[in-house]
Amino acid sequence: MSDCTNFTVPAALEAEADEAISHYEESKRAAVLPLLHLIQHEFGFISEPAVHWVANKLELEPIKVLEVVTFYPGLRQHAPGEFHIRVCRTLSCAMAGSGELMEKFCDLAKIDRSKSDSHHHPIAVSPCGKFSVEFAECLASCGTGPVCLVNDDFHEAITEDKAEALLKQYSSKTAAE
Amino acid sequence: MSESKKITYKSGKEPDAREYRLIFRNIDREGWDPSLDCYLKEGGYEMLKKALKMEPKDITEEVKKSGLRGRGGAGFPTGLKWTFIPPNNTKPVYLICNCDESEPGTFKDRYIVHQDPHQLIEGMIISCFAVGAKKAYIYMREEFPEAAKIVEKAIAEAKKKKFLGKNILGSGFDLEIYIHRGAGAYICGEETGLIESLEGKRPYPRIKPPYFPAALGLWMCPTIVNNVESLCHVKHIVEMGGDEYAKLGVARNTGTRIVCVSGDVKKPGYFEIEVGKVTMRELLYEMCGGPKDGREFKAVIPGGSSSKILRCDEKFNLKNPDGTERELNFWDIPMDFDTLAACGSMAGSGGVIVMDDSRKMSWVLNNINHFYAHESCGQCTPCREGSMWMRKISDRIAGGEARPDDVALLESVAYQIDGRTICAFGEASSWPVEAIIAKYRDELIAETSEENDYHSEEQTLRESMLIRK
Ligand SMILES: Cc1cc2nc3c(=O)[nH]c(=O)nc-3n(C[C@H](O)[C@H](O)[C@H](O)COP(=O)(O)O)c2cc1C
Ligand code: SF4
Ligand code: FES
Repeated sequence: MSDCTNFTVPAALEAEADEAISHYEESKRAAVLPLLHLIQHEFGFISEPAVHWVANKLELEPIKVLEVVTFYPGLRQHAPGEFHIRVCRTLSCAMAGSGELMEKFCDLAKIDRSKSDSHHHPIAVSPCGKFSVEFAECLASCGTGPVCLVNDDFHEAITEDKAEALLKQYSSKTAAE
Repeated sequence: MSESKKITYKSGKEPDAREYRLIFRNIDREGWDPSLDCYLKEGGYEMLKKALKMEPKDITEEVKKSGLRGRGGAGFPTGLKWTFIPPNNTKPVYLICNCDESEPGTFKDRYIVHQDPHQLIEGMIISCFAVGAKKAYIYMREEFPEAAKIVEKAIAEAKKKKFLGKNILGSGFDLEIYIHRGAGAYICGEETGLIESLEGKRPYPRIKPPYFPAALGLWMCPTIVNNVESLCHVKHIVEMGGDEYAKLGVARNTGTRIVCVSGDVKKPGYFEIEVGKVTMRELLYEMCGGPKDGREFKAVIPGGSSSKILRCDEKFNLKNPDGTERELNFWDIPMDFDTLAACGSMAGSGGVIVMDDSRKMSWVLNNINHFYAHESCGQCTPCREGSMWMRKISDRIAGGEARPDDVALLESVAYQIDGRTICAFGEASSWPVEAIIAKYRDELIAETSEENDYHSEEQTLRESMLIRK
C-alpha cells in the first residue's frame, strides 16, 4: 500500500470541502461525491491517498469511499490527459456520426484506443499526455449531435473541420487557463 | 405579468407557430440572461409571493386540480404524489429536484438550468412550501458543469433577496437549496438510486414497497422527487390556478410539455406543445421539417430510449371510452401520455428519436443494448447479466455473425429481465429489445445465417438456458 498519510490538499480546497460538508448536517457521508469531485478537479484523478483523505475527513471506512469511486464512470483512478475529451456514443449522437468523430480525435491526437473497453480501461491518453478520450453516454443534447465535453467545456454539432479546429485550439492552451 | 410585451427570440431559434411557450418562454429569448435582475424585470418571484399567502395544502390542491403529470418519465400525477407524505409525519421533509436528465433522447432540463435557473428555483420554493420541506437538493448530472455554476449563482442571488434562507420574505418559512452533483451514472436518475447516491453510497435503487420516497426517502424521511420541468410547471399553476391550467392540453393529459426531437429529421430540436394537441405527423413533418432529402421515416422511439419503438407504417386498435374500437394510424397519434400508452409505448421523458430508412434496426438495437449494459447498476442478476447478454447477442447480429435462432434467444433474455428486477431499469433495458424484435423480426433474421458457427460461452448459455417467454 502506498503511503496514505502524507497527502495534503491546498487550503482553498479544504475550505470548499468544509463548505460542502455543511450542506449535509444530517450525515457527513453524503458529502462523499462533492469531496471526490473537488479532489478530481484539483488532481485530475482520485489516488489511493486521496481516498484515505476523504474517508478521514468524513469519518468513514476507506472502503466506503472506494466503492463510490469505483462505481461512477465520472470518477477516475488514473490520470487522464491535460484535456480530457468525452464523446457521446449514445443513439442520436451515433446516428449523427460520433463514432467517426471519436476516430477523428484519435487520429489527430495520435491516440490508440485498441486497449480501451468501456468498463475497465475507458480512457486512452495521447503519447504526449495532452489529450485523452473516452466515450460517454447521452450528454442530454441529442438534437445537436455529435457532442462532446472537453474538460468542462461543452461542444455540439462537431463536424470534421470543427474537430480539427477544437484540437488546434486546445493544443495551444493549458488546462489551468 | 408582462404577457402583453412582445417577446423576440434569437434569429434561427424562433419557436414554431404550433408551440405554446410556458416553461420555455424565455429560452433563446433576445436580451434574456440567467441573472436575477433579468428575471425580476419579468415579474420573477411574484408567484412565490402569491403562494406564500396561500395555505400549503391549497397549493397542493391547485396542483392536483391542474392534472399535472410528472415530466421525468413515469407521468405520475404530481399533486397526488405530494399527498403521499404520511399525515402523521414528524420527521423532516425533503424535496429533490431530479436534474439528472440522462434518458437518451431527452434534452430539455438542460436549457432550463442553463438559461432560466430562477424559474426552477421559484418553482422549487413554492413546491417546498406546499409539502413542508425546509431543505431541498438539486441532483444535477455531473456533465452539466456550466449549469452547476449558473444555478449556484442563482441560488446565492435568491438568498440575498430573501427568497431563500431563513424567514423567506417575512413569511416565517425557511428553506435552503443545495446542488448535489452526480458522477456520470444513468441509474442516478431513478429516484431511489438518486437518493442512495445523495446519501453518499453506490446508487443502488431501493425496492418499492416499502421505499416509496414520499414516505421513506432521503435519510428515511419523507422526500418528494420531481423532475426539473415538473417543478417549473408548479409556478405556472400558481399563476393560472389549477382549473385554468387544466384547460391547456387535453383531458387527463393537461398542460404543456417539452418534446425533444433528435435523429433523422431535417430540423431536430425542442418544442413546447400543449399535451395531446400535436400529432406525430405535425411534429415530424411540419415542426421538424420532415425526413432528410431522399429519405423516408422508418421508426420512432417516442419517449426516450426506454420506450418501445413504433413503426411509422403501424396501425393501432384503440378502445374508446364507450367500449367501441377505433383504428389509429401512427401518424395520427397525438403526443400525449394516454394514447402513446394505448399504442403500447409511452410518452416517457419526451425524447423522440427518429430513424429513417437508411438505418438498420440491428445497429439501432445494438447501440441501445450497449447503453443499458453499461448503465445497469449490477444489483439484480437478471438485469446485470441479462443486459450484458443482450449486448453480446446484438453485437453478433449487428456484426453479421449471428445464427437465425439468436433473435429468439435475444428475445428470451429480454423477457427474463422484464418484471423481475428491483427497479424499472429492468423494463427500460428489455422493452426496447422486445419491441424492436416484435416489429422488425424479419429484418433482424435476414442479417443472420445458418452458416454462422461459433463455439463460445454464448453457445453454452444457449444450451443451458431455459428459453421462456
Ligand atoms: C432508469 C431510470 C432513469 C430515470 N432517469 C430520470 C432522469 O434522468 N430524470 C428524471 O427526471 N427522472 C428520471 N427517472 C424517473 C424518476 O425515477 C422519477 O420518477 C422522476 O424523477 C419523478 O419526477 P416527476 O414525477 O416530476 O416526473 C428515471 C427512472 C428510471 C427507472
Ligand atoms: S434493475 Fe438493474 S439498474 Fe435496477 S436495481 Fe436491478 S440491477 Fe440495478
Ligand atoms: S445521444 Fe448524444 S447527447 Fe443524447
